[in-house]
Amino acid sequence: MIVEADDVLPVRSTEDVVRVRQEVRSRTAAVGFSLVDQTKLITAASEIARNTVIYGGGGTLRLQILQNTTRRGVRLIFEDKGPGIPDIERALTDGYTSGSGLGLGLGGARRLSNEFDIASKPGEGTTITLARWKR
Amino acid sequence: MEHIPILKIGDCLLVSIQVDMHDRLAIALQNNLTEKIVITKARGVLIDISALEIVDSFIGRTLNNIASMANVLDAITVVVGMRPAVAITLVELGLNLPGVRTALDVDKGLVLIRNSIDDELGEIDAGELN
Ligand SMILES: Nc1ncnc2c1ncn2[C@@H]1O[C@H](COP(=O)(O)OP(=O)(O)OP(=O)(O)O)[C@@H](O)[C@H]1O
Ligand SMILES: [Mg+2]
Repeated sequence: MIVEADDVLPVRSTEDVVRVRQEVRSRTAAVGFSLVDQTKLITAASEIARNTVIYGGGGTLRLQILQNTTRRGVRLIFEDKGPGIPDIERALTDGYTSGSGLGLGLGGARRLSNEFDIASKPGEGTTITLARWKR
Repeated sequence: MEHIPILKIGDCLLVSIQVDMHDRLAIALQNNLTEKIVITKARGVLIDISALEIVDSFIGRTLNNIASMANVLDAITVVVGMRPAVAITLVELGLNLPGVRTALDVDKGLVLIRNSIDDELGEIDAGELN
């Protein structure tokens, strides 16, 4: 697997969430994603970016363009040093929120991605990785 | 801060969202619209989202909130112009917009509002006859 591009963006404010959407739009378009596939990954990114700001206390996004022998894709790695997620299964359940949301963000982002991973330790932070491949 | 204009057309309010809204802007729109419905006694709210490239859970929740506030204030909300890619993504995200009616474009949205106001008037008239 070759990582063709690798950039880091701040994810600290609701304005940053908008910037994340725009950057994911331009990367997925550059890779040649269909409009529907672009929209899916942007929406997933928007959910995770907002969680990073609200629950993670801010963090960063690493945005990568991937190329292996047969396909190209976009990988998003959101990282924060916030409180972490104590029960990942519960957090992924649709309808579960510890705040005032709908509890759809994590589960929805997982459905909208081809690859999805959460790594989190209480007190140390959360890293969420999403990837989607060009079809 | 940017701000989303609200236009009054007869007894309807029209909002066309032309920017990628950050969360505070979405909340400001919700509050401004509620205020405007009260001031103008509008019966319908038409929200054009044809320029929106995505609707995530926050924007979806804002649309739902606007519709329920409007409902309490006796106005109906119609969202028009949702892009097909956005509609497909919303389903997979798992987001429902229970209180929000949709129409293809502004013209059809206005007709929908007109008809539902007229239906209500019809029901009141029928009620008074009995
Ligand atoms: N980066 C994070 N750090 C700590 N906790 C998190 C993080 N991301 C998510 N969570 C926890 O997981 C829960 C579920 O997140 P999810 O995005 O599914 O729902 P929500 O943000 O509460 O609501 P919605 O996204 O529908 O507005 C959150 O309420 C929060 O408790
Ligand atoms: Mg969320």
